[in-house]
This record gives sequence, C-alpha cells and structure tokens, in this order.
Amino acid sequence: MIIKQISVFLENKMGRLSELVNILAENNIDMQAMSIAEAADFGIVRIVVPEPEKTALILTEAGWTVKQNDVLAVSVDDKPGSLNRILTAIAGAGMNLAYSYAFFSREAGKATIVVKVNDNEAAEKALEAARIL
Amino acid sequence: MKRYYQPEIETMPREQLKALQDERLAKQVKYVYDNNEFYRGKMDELGIKPEDIKTTEDLAKLPFTVKDDLRDQYPYGLMCKPLSECVRIQSTSGTTGRRVVAFYTQKDIDLWEDCCARAIVAAGGDENDVCQVCYGYGLFTGGPGLNGGSHRVGCLTLPMSSGNTQRQLQFMTDLEATILCCTPSYAAYLGESAIEAGLQDKLKLKAGIFGAEAWTEEMRQDIQNKLGLKAYDIYGLTELSGPGVSFECEEQKGMHINEDHFIAEIINPITGEVLPHGEKGELVFTSLTKEAFPLIRYRTRDICVLNDTPCSCGRTHIRMSKPMGRSDDMLIIRGVNVFPSQIETVLLNNGMSPNYQIIVDRVDNTDTLDVNVEMPADAMSDSVADITAKEKQLIEALKSMLGIKANVHLVDAKSITRSEGKAVRVIDKRKLY
Repeated sequence: MIIKQISVFLENKMGRLSELVNILAENNIDMQAMSIAEAADFGIVRIVVPEPEKTALILTEAGWTVKQNDVLAVSVDDKPGSLNRILTAIAGAGMNLAYSYAFFSREAGKATIVVKVNDNEAAEKALEAARIL
Repeated sequence: MKRYYQPEIETMPREQLKALQDERLAKQVKYVYDNNEFYRGKMDELGIKPEDIKTTEDLAKLPFTVKDDLRDQYPYGLMCKPLSECVRIQSTSGTTGRRVVAFYTQKDIDLWEDCCARAIVAAGGDENDVCQVCYGYGLFTGGPGLNGGSHRVGCLTLPMSSGNTQRQLQFMTDLEATILCCTPSYAAYLGESAIEAGLQDKLKLKAGIFGAEAWTEEMRQDIQNKLGLKAYDIYGLTELSGPGVSFECEEQKGMHINEDHFIAEIINPITGEVLPHGEKGELVFTSLTKEAFPLIRYRTRDICVLNDTPCSCGRTHIRMSKPMGRSDDMLIIRGVNVFPSQIETVLLNNGMSPNYQIIVDRVDNTDTLDVNVEMPADAMSDSVADITAKEKQLIEALKSMLGIKANVHLVDAKSITRSEGKAVRVIDKRKLY
C-alpha cells in the first residue's frame, strides 16, 4: 500500500526531538511509526500518522520544516525471513532501496515494513507478483 | 504624478551644477577655515589657504577627514556654529566602536529633509500616499530623516518607529500604507510575517525605501516578491546628515547623489589617490551646505563605483553603486578579505533564505568561518543525502566566491533571531587584540 510519510528537519540541538514529539502529543496525533536518519549537524525524523495533511499543516504552522512524500507500506507476518522476501522481490525488479524501517502492526502476529524506492508503483507491482501484497 | 521633488536642481545641466559646486565649495572651505580650529590647523599644517580652493578640481589639495577624527573631536570639536544656533543632534548607531554625534541647525534639518523628500518622490510618492516609517526614531537618523521627507512631500506619515511587528502589519493593512521605509532586513521580516498572517492580499504597498545596511540585488528581489512593491535603495551617513545623501530612481541602477549638497570622490583606500569615475574605491564626501557640522573630504570607508553616464530618469546627478562592502564590515579571514554581502549573494542564489549568521572564530591559531542558514521549506527532503548534497553545493559555491572554505550548517527555520533594526549578521569571536 502506498502511504504518506512526513519528514521533519531537526537541527542537531539538545531537546529538539522532545519538542517535536511534544507538539504531536499536544495535538493528539498518534504516531504509527517513526524513524530517525542523522547527519553530522541535522537529522530527519520520518513519521507515519493517521492524518498526514493535517499533521503537516500543524507542524508547518509551528515553524517546523516538513516534507510529505509517498512510501510503500508492506504488511508481513512477524516471523523470520519476511523482510528478506520483500527485499528480494525489490532487488529482483532491479530497484535500489533508499531506506526502510519497520513497526509492529496492531494486528497480532503482523509487522509493517516501510520501504522507500524510486518508483513506488513498480515496487508495488513487483511485490504483488511475488505474492507479498 | 510628480517626477522630481526639486526639478530645477535634480535635472540641472551638468555645467551649471559644476558651477554651483565650485561656488559652494570655495565658500564652504572659507567658512570652515574661519570657524573651526581643527580644520584650520590641518590646513595650516599643509600650507593651504581657503583662497587656494576655487573649484572642485582643487578639492584634492585638502586633507581627508576620517572617522577617528570625529571620535577624537567628540563632542564639539568639529562644530562651526555655536550651540545656540543648533537645534538637534543625531548619533550613529554605534555598531562599530564609539558613537559619533552630529549637530544640525534648522537650515541643516531643512536641507536634509529636502534630500529625503527627493528620494520619496523618486520612488513615486506624492501627497496621496500613506508613508509608513519603521526606521528607529530618536538618535538614529533613519526615522527622523524619512519622517521629515514624508511631511515635505505631503504624504500621510505613519511614524511607527521600529519594532512591534504585529502592530506594523495592522497599521499597514488598516491604513493602507503605500510606501514603506525601513531597513531591508526588517522589510524582509515584515514580508515573511505578512505571508504567515495571510495578509499578503491586503497589502497596498507600491514602493519601499530601504537603507542603513548593506543588501544585495537578490535580497531586493526577495523583498519585492514578498511585499509586492518596488524596492528603492537609499544611502546616507549620520556624519553627513543621514539618509538621503543619495537615492535610487525608477531605474534601480545606482543611487543619484545629491550633488548640490555633497561632492563625491572615489579614492584608492591605500594611497589616497583620486580615481576616475567608473573605478572601484573608497567613497569620500565633502558637504557643501552644512552649517553646524560640515565635513571636508570625509572618508566613508564604503567601497563603491561612481557612474556619470546619463540616466533615463532625467536626473543629471551622478550615481553611486550600492556599497560593495564597508571597510569596517570587511572581515579578514585567513588573510583573505571577506564581505558579508558576498556570502549573502551565494546563499540567495542557491535558493536559501536571507536569514543567516556568519561566525568567525580562531581555533589553534587558524581562522574558521561558519555560516548558519535556515533550512528553507522547498529544499526539504526525506533523504539525508539530498540535504547533505545541498550543504556541499553551498560550501562549494562559497569557496568559489570567497576563495576560502566556509562550513555551512543548516539550522531550524526561525531559529536565527530576526532584527528590527540593523541585522547582526556577523559574530566575530576571535580575540585578536
């Protein structure tokens, strides 16, 4: 499934992440997934939330620099080898993975893997062909 | 619409203007010699008598006056009128060292306000305009100068002074201000705030008169886009009166110097030799009409170029370029001359925001240059690689402009303090003395 992800720019400064999650909490926004990518003096926090448009607006208005983009979310069985089936299918379709992160699903025994590739539709097709989606 | 405030002077044929300058210069030099001990001493030392100065060609015989002279003669040493004939003082912002105090007779104020009125009319102003002045009022010349000029033109004048951005925007929209006078960095901030408050459609501004600090063409574009106005540059120094020594016309290609009041020269800053028009050097002014606090060959420390080619606006007074740097703004980093304006140009040309700060330090006896710039929304990406590539692009562009390496740090939006007056762009932490 193609979903919206929000990326937030974070200067590498003490307490900054705490400020970010605090504003989400204040606005009663439930994060479904989060991952942090860090460079020397900044980081990018990537989050998945139920109402991405609204969340992006709240963050922008509060002065955060954000960007929304599409990523692929794949639901798999929470057991060894699941991630590799996805990666194999993507590599088999000749695609390079930009980044990926995982979170437990609310559905028992399931996990969700977020993957970022350059072509979401093509990746989705490759996963369908491999009977993962 | 009026095109000129004082057409007979502003469009005076060059020959006539030169004759006026000759006459005023000879008179002024005699006046200064007769009324001021400091100047008389300097001229006597060089064996120059007032009679030796008959035309502007004789100007180079006179000694320079420098900012340190003003500081040394503080407060009364350069006055040519008794205090009883003075009605006002103004003072420099003191951003670079000790304050300088300038004195004015009523006539000095009148002529200064005329100069500011010329700038407002050149920006398209007339009695139907609402002119919002958000330069600081008080000792700083920005507020009082433009306020006086605005009165002379007959604009409805909003004497806002600086600060309180919400109130500025409220008056700007409620009273439908058409002309804005402030520092360029504050104009950019007002633009940003207006957009944030969703007030962009309510703005009626048509012109802005921005001065008192260095700004670039790129910043002009940014302000024009945000506020929907045409941005005009204005130049001046407290020492010479204040804003209005020169100003831009609709061509936006250099500032016409009010040559009936000021003679401009460009000199080689090292040798003091006078350079021909068109060459880059330090700008030097002689005031021709000042009574209380006249200056002879005052070295401004601003580096610029004079342009004597005719202007399509019809004004005959020569134009000066934007200062390309102020020798007191100039940083020497690892032996290389760096002007903050060069850094600003690179940032804006590469899609960055005009909100930046330059930090110079010395670590293990080596100068370091760091540039903090706010991350703009349109450069944001979900990929670390994209953003580090942007940083690298800026580092390379700065290196090719400056010749030395600068570290670039992308910082959070709105994390760099906004200024309401002169922006603090440079923090020099080196302890060199």
